[in-house]
Amino acid sequence: MTAVEATTARPARTSGGARLVNRVFLVRELGILLALGLLVAVTAIANPRFLGAQSIKDLLLGSTILAILAVGQAVVVITRNVDLSVGSILGLSAFATGSLFVASPGLPIPVAVLVGLVLGAICGAVNGGLIAAARVPALVVTLGTLYVFRGIDYRWAGGRQINAADMPDGFLRLGNDTVLGIPLLTLVAVVVLVVAGFYLRSYRGGRELYAIGSDPDAARLSGIPVGRRVFFAFVASGALAGLAGVLHAARFGTLDANAGINSELNVVAAVVVGGVAIFGGSGSVYGAALGAVLLTTIASALPVLGINPFWQRAAVGALILAAIGLDRALAIRVARRLRGRSSHG
Amino acid sequence: MIGVARSEPPVSPPLLALSGVSKSFGAVAALRDVRLDLYPGEIHALVGENGAGKSTLVKILAGAHPPDAGTLTLDGQPLVPAGPAHARAAGIAVIYQEPTLFPDLCVAENIFMGRQPQRSLRRIDTAAMRTRAGELFARLGVHLDPDRPARGLSIADQQLVEIAKALSFDARILVMDEPTAALSGVEVERLFGVARSVRDAGAAVLFISHRFDEVFALCQRITVMRDGHWVSTDPVDALTIEQLVRRMVGREVSSLYPKEDTTAAEPRLEVRGLTRQGVFADVSFTVHSGEIVALAGLVGAGRSEVIRAVFGIDRYDRGEVLVDGRRLAGGTTRAIAAGLALVPEDRRQQGLVMELSVARNATLPRRWSLSRLGLLTGAAERRSARTWTDRLRVKAARLGDPVWTLSGGNQQKLVLAKWLSTEPRVLIVDEPTRGIDVGTKAEVHRLLSRLAADGVAVLMVSSELPEVLGMADRVLVMHEGRLVAEIPRGRADQESVMLAATGADPR
Repeated sequence: MTAVEATTARPARTSGGARLVNRVFLVRELGILLALGLLVAVTAIANPRFLGAQSIKDLLLGSTILAILAVGQAVVVITRNVDLSVGSILGLSAFATGSLFVASPGLPIPVAVLVGLVLGAICGAVNGGLIAAARVPALVVTLGTLYVFRGIDYRWAGGRQINAADMPDGFLRLGNDTVLGIPLLTLVAVVVLVVAGFYLRSYRGGRELYAIGSDPDAARLSGIPVGRRVFFAFVASGALAGLAGVLHAARFGTLDANAGINSELNVVAAVVVGGVAIFGGSGSVYGAALGAVLLTTIASALPVLGINPFWQRAAVGALILAAIGLDRALAIRVARRLRGRSSHG
Repeated sequence: MIGVARSEPPVSPPLLALSGVSKSFGAVAALRDVRLDLYPGEIHALVGENGAGKSTLVKILAGAHPPDAGTLTLDGQPLVPAGPAHARAAGIAVIYQEPTLFPDLCVAENIFMGRQPQRSLRRIDTAAMRTRAGELFARLGVHLDPDRPARGLSIADQQLVEIAKALSFDARILVMDEPTAALSGVEVERLFGVARSVRDAGAAVLFISHRFDEVFALCQRITVMRDGHWVSTDPVDALTIEQLVRRMVGREVSSLYPKEDTTAAEPRLEVRGLTRQGVFADVSFTVHSGEIVALAGLVGAGRSEVIRAVFGIDRYDRGEVLVDGRRLAGGTTRAIAAGLALVPEDRRQQGLVMELSVARNATLPRRWSLSRLGLLTGAAERRSARTWTDRLRVKAARLGDPVWTLSGGNQQKLVLAKWLSTEPRVLIVDEPTRGIDVGTKAEVHRLLSRLAADGVAVLMVSSELPEVLGMADRVLVMHEGRLVAEIPRGRADQESVMLAATGADPR
């Protein structure tokens, strides 16, 4: 039979493509890491205090909340959707945590964390449900819930402010304690990151999220429950935003209805800079978290370098353009090499 | 002669049997009372003209469309496909002409999506997945790297990935919808080898193709469909190509097509050696003033691509386009200025702006000539729109109504009105009567005919053979990106055009 003859005629090629793809994957996350290293090095040379223990702790604390939001956002973006309501969910969850402690000061901390998570998950379920039921693009639905959730927050807070004095010390310590010099909050973020990364990489459900983002119609044809998986992605993103809200309350202590306002585009920026394709299908949560760290570092490095802080936004913008440009260049290079190397010789 | 409905079932019972299957989309009946038996160990060809209902049948087998009526039985058990996942679980694998892969994911993952091998804690066993993908490719006798992403694979390789997917879940029925349309000779041979080995393993293969040589080389039995009906099922050696073509075409040419006789005058549109790498090659023809020339061929033969290139939408690598003897540089703006007009195939997507008013749409190409000092005056717009919609008898309640409120036939007439108002010297129409009712059809034909009588050169792409034969002064036939025949009106009939279009009889 022809098929068998062909097999024996030529030995199977070693996985050159695999190495190439792996390298690209590494390059993508390595690139952010390199940029981060370069930025820290330059800043430290200009001002050695930038690498002081307190400064590093501030940097890590500052990136933690953005990184958690970015992990949730990455899960959604991988499915070719976007969640613009995360900032409002954070605000709602943060204020709920504060109010909870005002109402019952003796509440165990894990309960407060759980309440924040569940509240966020419910908000995420509202997003996911609307998208699935109304078949409206996520961009529009979450733009709407961005205002709805924030409106609920305003109505609830009504100009009130919750101060650190209203919250138990144990809870506030959570926001400042360190383990071996690493803030506790950062460790929480690392756990979230590793769990999300592991699920996306090693479980069928996770891989199906990539498949949906890569080609939604093909996903439907191959029997993937697209609606359910996307719903799940939004619940996950909402729950992580809820968690971020609890951590926000623990870290800042002072809460009003404006917590987390305007942070949604920062989150999307972190995800894009971190190499998650905005049209879904590729990227990783690790990249998104690194993107969050890089953006936070830029914000704190620019004043140290004596650069006008007004430039900060421009720098973030330039970084987004650079990230997209890099992705495009890499994609073209990979495409050319894969095409040039005919798979049948 | 062999009886039309004769078929000799092999000894074993059928693996899959369809009987009385019907399916309608709105008012259009795509399938009516269709039957089909697939036996283990056979490759069964399904042939028919464009629009005969083959693709709908495939969609039903794939579980993508539920049938309105009729039964499917698999191994003697009734089967009601509840969706693609269910059809797949029942052992039916469908390979579409354009495979549906996930470009960002690696080949192995594309094969095993949703069924990845697992190890402890239900984690995906990447190594096992890679090994098994490698084994599948070895069985198919191809060398594809399981780790490379699906992006950038040729159509042939994508089909192999789909076949590997089918093998991976032991599909017993493999449906291939025009798999060879985009393949080269070597790739076709390899695909045939794979199809035969799948057959020899006891599966049934349903092979849909327009290429008769392939059908006769590969298949054991042939089922012919026409206009949504089952026509015949025969063993392959009981049929000749001529008989097959007659059964596919099988209908009378109606007198619906009132082409007035005109005398062709000076050449209006000349196309010389037009080539676009991999799409069409060396296409040359001339359309004279007062003439209707039809460009016939099967879907995918490159007809629409040629006219897009002529109109300046797509670039071409070699060749030239001349209008009234003057060479046309690229770009649609220049093409329109030179007197070309294109009525596209997909009027919703390309021909009209559905949200804008009837009047706006009718005057869109002339918005500059109708405006004064850069401002478009409503009165001029409405006056001109009224003239042209009256001339074409477009039925719209008000000229201010959005276009999507019009019926399909009126939309088509509006697209024509829009371009006719530019007073073109060359009119190119792509599938001018697709999806419109018989009455409107005749009106469109009358209109095209009158335009030609007025001295316009008309180039018409049409998949409807009766329309081609009724309207055209000359028929140009394309096959796989090449112009393979030019048949004058007197010698053009259904069989000569079909034979040329399928590449069976290159003249």
